[in-house]
Amino acid sequence: MTAPIVQASELARFYTVKGGVLSKAATVKALSGVDFELRPGKTLAIVGESGCGKSTLARVVTMIEEPTSGSLTIDGVEISPSKWALMRETVQIVFQDPYGSLNPRQRIGQILQEPLIINRREMSAADREARAREMIDLVGLRPEHYDRYSHMFSGGQRQRIAIARALMLNPKVLVLDEPVSALDVSIQSQILNLLVELQERLNLAYLFISHDLSVVKHFADDVIVMYLGRAVEKAPKEKLFAAPRHPYSKALLSTTPRADPDARKDRIKLEGELPSPMNIPKGCAFAQRCWLATEECRAAPPELSGSDHKVACLHPLW
Amino acid sequence: MSLLDIRNLTVEFATASGQFRAVDGVDLSVDKGELMAIVGESGSGKSVSMLALMGLLPWTATITADQLSFEGIDLTKISARDRRKIIGKDIAMIFQEPMSSLNPCFTVGFQIKEALRIHLGLNRKDRHQRAIELFDQVGIPAPESRLNTFPHQMSGGMNQRVMIAMAIACKPKLLIADEPTTALDVTIQAQILDLLVRLRDEQGMGLVLITHDMGVVAETAERVQVQYAGQKVEEQAVKDLFRTPRHPYTTALLNALPERATSKMLPTIPGVVPGQFDRPKGCLFSPRCQYADDLCRSLPPTPHSAEFGKARCHYVEKITTGELA
Repeated sequence: MTAPIVQASELARFYTVKGGVLSKAATVKALSGVDFELRPGKTLAIVGESGCGKSTLARVVTMIEEPTSGSLTIDGVEISPSKWALMRETVQIVFQDPYGSLNPRQRIGQILQEPLIINRREMSAADREARAREMIDLVGLRPEHYDRYSHMFSGGQRQRIAIARALMLNPKVLVLDEPVSALDVSIQSQILNLLVELQERLNLAYLFISHDLSVVKHFADDVIVMYLGRAVEKAPKEKLFAAPRHPYSKALLSTTPRADPDARKDRIKLEGELPSPMNIPKGCAFAQRCWLATEECRAAPPELSGSDHKVACLHPLW
Repeated sequence: MSLLDIRNLTVEFATASGQFRAVDGVDLSVDKGELMAIVGESGSGKSVSMLALMGLLPWTATITADQLSFEGIDLTKISARDRRKIIGKDIAMIFQEPMSSLNPCFTVGFQIKEALRIHLGLNRKDRHQRAIELFDQVGIPAPESRLNTFPHQMSGGMNQRVMIAMAIACKPKLLIADEPTTALDVTIQAQILDLLVRLRDEQGMGLVLITHDMGVVAETAERVQVQYAGQKVEEQAVKDLFRTPRHPYTTALLNALPERATSKMLPTIPGVVPGQFDRPKGCLFSPRCQYADDLCRSLPPTPHSAEFGKARCHYVEKITTGELA
């Protein structure tokens, strides 16, 4: 097995919500204590509902936001905010909405060259242009697109541009924050194929954030299921989808609609909604919606344990 | 007689660069108690055709139809005043984003009671009673106290329940749900879809579900029509559609789903949906179709018989028999 390129341990990110005249300041625990490793050529998927902290994780791993606690080691170097230059060389991010993430006033050529202008100051203009044109070709755009503005492109093409921009500095890790959820099915498959191709060719490690389990099942190698800022299950894809151990994972899998009218519909209906992250229950965060919960569950949060197929539950399904 | 009958509906928008046809000859019929789904990618005209029915399009839109009738009443012939008596009462609609469809300045109770006052003319006490009943029916806990909350104080799933309660307030005969669960999480999506199906069963209303999610279609709908670039390209019962899709577009769309993938590389549909300026002369799908030939590129196909899913394709018979592969 190859050495991990990213190692995160106990990563946490809390936000303080300032109180007003009548309310006290509160802490939102967006992410509390997540461990993972990323290996070259492999994809780790983070799944969960909105508010589970998956996008916060993406922002922490790219140092868009500093972690409140925990450590992050990238390529053998312990990362702190002062090492941002190194971060940019190794970790890049592709955002969900390609309409919002590209500057409408820049031509595609400029968008692609900007990372080089900032991080490779010694590079000549001609070299930069050559590199940008090479990248346009790599992501499946045509050479004439170099001089166009982003509004002239469709959603799928814009996402290709965003991917190209992320690859300009030859990063080793790509954080993909819901890269296909704003796209139509027929375009989604084109972008997923491109990502598979690029991973094989450049040996990239992907941190793939998604709420769409059918995409994750197709795309990932390992999966972490998150609930309210904590990892509740972590397993290789095949094992998780074949037999989830955490009740929440099982419910999540069973409620994902399948494009097969003959499939058995034994949905597990979860009652209620996610508790507020300002007011996370003392014990297991899922206890109030869980059909297996006991008094023990409400007392203290369970630890993520197990060897290959880890689960944070006192009453795992197997 | 079906509940809703639309024949040859066309919607054109006047834009700065000329007429743009968003809906092109769409037919739709829904019976009482039927659950019909319209599925298509963005730009396929699925929302616009229903907004045209509701009369919610801006003045730039030109709507023409051979027939646009609800319970035998021709909606194109009646006055706006008469139309408003039907819309919101007998035909109701749920929109995609509950957060932006509710008015942030008023409590949800005020908003649901408004419909009851205007359409049913109930007095204050009855309105309050009925509003509580409706909130209870859509599964909002503590309905009485929830009436006094504002939309921003509730979650997306709760707001969508309020939208549904408002839509069913006057016991509509037809409910149009435009991407009702797209903005919601899967566990909440399951709750909302179950709720819609249950209400359909209880009240016997027709339900039109507009969605882009093939999974939602497979799990909830009975009959499906597929739209592409403003045209209806296929219509079948849900099981038949997933088992034997007729139109090459439907086939390609189903194959592109990650859950149907057999290898790491997904089958794709090359190109993009045509827009205002690159609308093909013949079949609208021809630039992306693997079977397309000169006939497809020059002559627009007409819908086939029901046996072949009313597919808008010149070669649907040959594709079915395997002559073209």
